[in-house]
Amino acid sequence: MPPYDPIVRKRAAAIGFLLILAALAAAAMAITEFSVTRGLASVPKAVLWGFSNFYPDQAALEKLPDILDKLLDTVLMSVAAATVASVFAFVFALFGSRTTMASGMFARLARGVATLFRNIDVAAWAMILLFSFGQSDLTGYFALFFFSFGFLTRAFIETIDEVSGSSVEALRATGAGFVPIVVHSVIPSALPLMLSWLLFTIETNIRSATLVGILTGTGIGFAFNLYYKSLNYHAASLVVLVIVAAILLIEAVSNHVRRVIL
Amino acid sequence: MTALLEIRELSKFYGNVEALKDVSFSVRRGEFVSIIGPSGAGKSTLLRCVNRMVEASRGEIIFDGIRVLELGRKELRKLRTRIGMIFQHYNLVNRLTVIENVLHGRLGYKSAIAGALGLFREEEKAQAIGILEKLGLKDQMYKRSDQLSGGQKQRVGIARALVQNPKLLLCDEPIASLDPNASRIIMDHLKDISVTMGITVLVNLHQVEVALKYSDRVIGVSSGRIVYDGPPKELTAEQIHRIYGTDEGGLITDMGGRYAAV
Repeated sequence: MPPYDPIVRKRAAAIGFLLILAALAAAAMAITEFSVTRGLASVPKAVLWGFSNFYPDQAALEKLPDILDKLLDTVLMSVAAATVASVFAFVFALFGSRTTMASGMFARLARGVATLFRNIDVAAWAMILLFSFGQSDLTGYFALFFFSFGFLTRAFIETIDEVSGSSVEALRATGAGFVPIVVHSVIPSALPLMLSWLLFTIETNIRSATLVGILTGTGIGFAFNLYYKSLNYHAASLVVLVIVAAILLIEAVSNHVRRVIL
Repeated sequence: MTALLEIRELSKFYGNVEALKDVSFSVRRGEFVSIIGPSGAGKSTLLRCVNRMVEASRGEIIFDGIRVLELGRKELRKLRTRIGMIFQHYNLVNRLTVIENVLHGRLGYKSAIAGALGLFREEEKAQAIGILEKLGLKDQMYKRSDQLSGGQKQRVGIARALVQNPKLLLCDEPIASLDPNASRIIMDHLKDISVTMGITVLVNLHQVEVALKYSDRVIGVSSGRIVYDGPPKELTAEQIHRIYGTDEGGLITDMGGRYAAV
């Protein structure tokens, strides 16, 4: 073998990586006593069970108004959390963005707060807030709010830096003050992208709200949990279908809005 | 004629890198001065030190009798209203109309509230329209800026600077992104502004032949130092090579109608 052949080295590295991966998988299966063959064998049975139990029947359809009511709760909560969070996120983004920041210390503080709120998952927020608010709508609302706030602050900072940097420089050179610069340069140039991020957050919130609802006993997540635990699989499957339909609908609406504003 | 702008022993450090080294020169009222030099020589930094978009490290700048480097935040804003700035990439708010972009030049004169609400007086609007007419853009007034060609965008940039009623125009590579014809139109407008309106023009240029054709005086910058300061007629091929640090025959330029490598 020549002393240095990049192709041979690359191939050796790839084989080594695959071997390590296989060893890890084998070790994990040995520890958890997981058998691949039995796992695969149970798939057809699971599918069969799903088709024979997990579909909405006549009795389940009678519960539809209740389920839709809960769904509306969840959707409204997601929208409210995202929109209110976007207002706070915009203010923090103005302080955190390199383009508009007032001072380096404030910028680091704003970015730090955003990172903290963003990196704690919605489910974790829900569990933390359960201590303060118990199983109520407020718990779910604040869990979604905190996560949306952290995420949107980050997204808005990037948007402002990317879209309005050059025109902010021009307006600063004319002697304009901070507020007029924000109103006449940052907002007009960054608004469409920021709205797009807001729509994205609303979509994610609706997905997360279902999970949060199971934890906090509210909204559509609660409905699913209730039916599922009382072995009413027909109603539970209807809840799942309703959630999927709602998510598809909202995605279609927000895609349409995006096309119009961008 | 007296000096409008006087720069004494100006230095600028970025960390340990010295971008400008003891730069001194003065510009008389109504003068058209070009700064030429290779990329990274410190031309942009020099220009931005004048209106403190970049903070100088050492030295003194006197504009119209005012010590620029000693100004507080409020006085600095007031100073910037008297200095128009034109950028290589135009730095317009692309999503706003031409007339809105031009009126941005008046924001420096407004309080935070009047500026934020965009309360412009009738005279200001009439002045903005007058300037657009002079620059041949009256028909594009209500078009969105991103629908304009590069040359038109730069004329909007000039209009935005002129509506400030500036005493000095700082132009940072105004024609570096334009085709030859649009470049000629922009330079003709700048020359006309300098001659008919008596506004002093300080312009960074890449094109030596353009600098020679339009300027009353040429300043050559190399590695943060001034290596030539005098009328364009006295600028020899040898001095150009000193500015750009090249050998004979290593430059594509046009000296007085001879298109050739000199």
